Order: sequence, then structure tokens, then C-alpha cells
Amino acid sequence: MDFAFFLIQLLNGLQYGLLLFLVASGLTLVFGIMGIINLAHGSFYMVGAYLAWSLSSLTGSLTAAILLAIPLTVILGMALERLLFRHLYQRDHLYQVLLTYGLILVFEELRSLIWGDDVHGVAVPALLSASIPLTDNLSYPVYRLAISGVCLLLAGALYFLIQKTRLGMMIRAGASNRDMVQSLGIDIKLIYTLVFALGVALAAFAGMINAPLSSVTPNMGSHVLIICFVVVVIGGIGSVKGAMAASLMIGLAETFGQVLVPEVAGMIVYVLMAIVLVWRPEGLFGKA
Amino acid sequence: MKSSRLASFLPYLAVGLLALFPLVDTSFYLQLLTKVLIMAIFAMSLDLLVGYTGLVSFGHAAYFGLAGYALALMAPKYETVSLWWTLPASIGVCALFALITGMLVLRTRGIYFIMVTLAFAQMLFFVFHDTKLGGGSDGVYIYAKPTMQFGETVLLNLEKLENFYWLVLVLAAGSYLLLRRILGSSFGRALLGIKVNEHRMRALGFPVFKYQLASFTLAGSLAGLSGYMAAVQYGFVNPEILSWHQSGAVLMMVILGGMGTLYGSVVGAFAFVLLQEVLSNQAWFGIAAKHWQLAMGIFIMLVALYMPQGLAGLAQKFRKPQQESADE
Repeated sequence: MDFAFFLIQLLNGLQYGLLLFLVASGLTLVFGIMGIINLAHGSFYMVGAYLAWSLSSLTGSLTAAILLAIPLTVILGMALERLLFRHLYQRDHLYQVLLTYGLILVFEELRSLIWGDDVHGVAVPALLSASIPLTDNLSYPVYRLAISGVCLLLAGALYFLIQKTRLGMMIRAGASNRDMVQSLGIDIKLIYTLVFALGVALAAFAGMINAPLSSVTPNMGSHVLIICFVVVVIGGIGSVKGAMAASLMIGLAETFGQVLVPEVAGMIVYVLMAIVLVWRPEGLFGKA
Repeated sequence: MKSSRLASFLPYLAVGLLALFPLVDTSFYLQLLTKVLIMAIFAMSLDLLVGYTGLVSFGHAAYFGLAGYALALMAPKYETVSLWWTLPASIGVCALFALITGMLVLRTRGIYFIMVTLAFAQMLFFVFHDTKLGGGSDGVYIYAKPTMQFGETVLLNLEKLENFYWLVLVLAAGSYLLLRRILGSSFGRALLGIKVNEHRMRALGFPVFKYQLASFTLAGSLAGLSGYMAAVQYGFVNPEILSWHQSGAVLMMVILGGMGTLYGSVVGAFAFVLLQEVLSNQAWFGIAAKHWQLAMGIFIMLVALYMPQGLAGLAQKFRKPQQESADE
């Protein structure tokens, strides 16, 4: 494997890992703060991709589509939290699994009714459609670099939001003691709604920016969801830092796996998970 | 007193009536009922985990599907294969897989446990989906039903629908009795104790991990039994049988019927399969039948929100007042 080829795979792996982080961070936040297991999280990724496709064919621009779609997904997240997830905070995980499983079926059928069952492609925005030549016949698309950049920016913003702002302080406090935060006069319900909507928007945004790279297909959410479960298990529930480390690990492992050992590439992430389970059942950054 | 004697008599009555069903119909409805009973075994095996051991598995379809694939891989293409060794072998494969995965997944609890069981099931899904081992995403056919014969005498010809139905009925009843027996033993009591308070049971000196692993392995084996029968009934296997939709469906059956009751799983399997059949009936719902999963999804959400104890819970609610007055 020569250096240029290696570099391409490395960049692809990092880009995939960063994209996974966007989806997994929302999942782990909702786990960690509200104690909710949300199987429908992958559906938000799918909704994002379909919104990007339908709005960009409507407006002719992916950027416009994304700008239009983000508020929509935030509203979707807030509505779902108010109407459904709010009733689940005190309930056993079993019912959370069941309700969100039902929600997946509803999302899939609504997707089928609204957008149909066809596979679609989204064009890369003209501004970012160039490629950077590496050698005579290898080059790297600018769009992938742009995705990695945007994901890094968002990860930084998320870190800042949770660790450095007043809202982040309330979120962290709400995670450790809901009742105490409430009795201090902070509207914990509003904070939960915001965190949930943030998770939905992050997953949907990941679906939107990835739409030009992979086709927009039915059931695209479930694969991402399972991989994100693996990410959360490896990283440790509720740990955003862990989600980042595990996302990059999985992204690189899957990308290089597909190049080096294509027959067993699909299994590598699960083997990684098994190893982590034996070694540290609470995850790399989880609290024991 | 009287009502409890009636309750203990009820399962035998149910089995007796079910055994007579081939007199009513020997085609579509008999096949549907066979499917229900197979799913009932599957659901009971999950109830052992969810309702009695306190382990919410979201990857139970892995064992169901694995047994089907085991049969498909053992069955030669143009010859029949004997049930006498393929059934134990298929269940054995499932037991072994459950033992190995159990040792890993039981290191986790709660949300982790749900995600990890799902992830391992999904791993198996990709093994069969991505490799040529079991025909990839198209699956493989099992051309002939396994035979049940001693030497030259055919004990039961499974190509006949009613014979296969009776075999499944016997296996379902047997699974029920076996689980009742196990749950009534000190082992079963200990499992319930672990479900309620794991730390206390550990403090009392119970080998919690071993008990949970035994329960997990048993549940995987029984799921294997049902998966083998399902593969025989349909005559083919594809990766869908171990997809997470299957895991979700069986969990739904357990909850719908009422978890931790065992008979609830049977009731839940009945209700779920029939509902599925009704909702996807094109003659009744026309174009809406194509999108039957929408109605099913909404129904599942409503059950999760408003019927946490399932149908068994409803039955108990109605029976409670009567029983109290009878006791006095």
C-alpha cells in the first residue's frame, strides 16, 4: 500500500468516524442525561437524508436544503419529546425499547408514503465538487474534507456548549440529579426538550451532509443506528468524549477493514465491541 | 379455590381443543395456527429472560434464525434429512452460541445489555447477509421436510400439514410444561430473586452469573427449537429471520400477552400474529394493507404507553375483585 492510497483511506476513515460521532453523540447524550434508550435515533438520520434530497431537488441547492431542514428537524425533535418521550423517563427500559421500536415502523412507513421506496442520489454542491490531486491518478474530493471540517467544528461547539456555558452546566447537573436541579428553579423539562431536539438535529444533519456521498435509501437508518450502539458501548454511555474516541476507532477500523480484509469487514466492529466488553464492560470512558 | 383449579385445568383444555383443529381446516388456517404455535415457543423462551430473569434481550432472533440456518446448511440439496439428529444439532448450535454470547453480554446491564444483545444479533445477520455461507441476502431453500422414522417405519410424515401441526403443538405444550417445571424449581425461584434484587441474591451466596448464563442458554436453545420448526414450515431461510425486526416482534408478543406469566407469551403470539394477518389483509384494507406496519407501529406504541402489563394484566384486573370476595 503506497502512501497516497494509505492517506486516502486514513482520511476516509476519519471522515466516516466523525460523521458517526454526530449521530452517536446525540444518542449518548439522550442516554446519559435522560436515561432513555432510543432505537428510533437512526430514523432521524434517515429523515435528514430524505429532507436533504427532497428539499435540494426543490430548491436546487444542498446548502439551502440544509438550512431549511435544520429548523424542521429541531421542531420534529421537540414535538417528539413533548408528545412521546416525556412519558418514558420514569419507565423501565423495556417500554422505551418497545415504544421506539414502534416509532421506527411508523417512520419507515411514513417515509414510504411521503417519499416512496426508491433509491436517490444527491449532487455534491458545485463549490465543493473539486478534487485535490495526490498522485498522477489518485485524488481526494474536497467535499469529504469539508464534511470532516464541519463535523470537527460541531464537535468543538458541542464540547464548548456542555463544558463551558451556563446551559451546559444545567444539562450536566440535570444528568446527575434531576430533582435537585428542578428545586433550584431550573426548568428541567425545557432542558430535556432542548437536549433531545439537539440530538435529533445532529443525527439528521449527519444524514443531510452525507447524502451526496452515499445514496439515500430506505432502511438506511438501521445500519447507522446499530453502529452507533457499538460506538456508545465502546465509548461508555453518556460520555461525549468516549463517543468521539470510539467513533474514530470504528470509522478507521471499518474503512481499513474493507480494504484489507473485505470478507470479514462487516464483523470487525463487533469483534472490537466484544474485546472492549471483556476488558472494560463499562466502556472506555464510562463510569464503572 | 375453585377458580384456581379451573385455571390449572385451562392449559390442558386449550391443548385438547387445539389438537382437534385439523378437523376444522387443513390448509390456510392450520398453517397460520402452526405459525402461531411456533412463535409461542419463541415468545416463551424470551419470557424466561425478560419476565423471569430480568434481562431485556433485543437480539433474541439471533438464536431463532441460527437454528434455521443450521438446518439449511445440514440438509443436503436433493435428499431428505433426519429430524432425529438435525433437531438436536441445531439446538446444540444455538445453545453453544448463546453460551458464548451470554458470557459476553452478561457482563453488562440495563441499556448496555439491550444494545449489546442487539449488536451481536446484528453481527450474525451480517455474517449470513454478506457471506456466501447461507446464500447471502437471498437465503437458501430447504427442499424437503426432515423425516421422522425408525429404520424403514415412518413415525410421522411431516409433509402432511396436520402431522407437522401436531408435532409443533406437542413441542409447544412440552416447552410450556418444561418451563413451568424449571420456574417452579429452586433454580426458577432463584432467577426471580435475581430479577428483583441481584445484589441481595449475590450477598446470599447465589452464583448469580452462572444462573443468568444458564437461563440465557436455555432461552437461546428454546428459541432455536422454534427457529428450526419455522425453517421447516417455510422451507427456506433468509437473513430476515434473524433481523432486529424479528427480535422486536417477539419482544412485542411477550409484552402484549403479559410478561412473567408464560401463558401470556402464548396469548401474545396469538394476538400478534393474528393482528399482523388482519392488518396486512388486502381484501379488507386495500391499499392501506401495503402499509400495515404503520398501524402496527402505532399499536405497539399504544401498548407500550397504556398497557404495560399486557393482556394478562387486563385479565388480572378484571379477576382481582372476584377473587378477593371468593377468598373471604
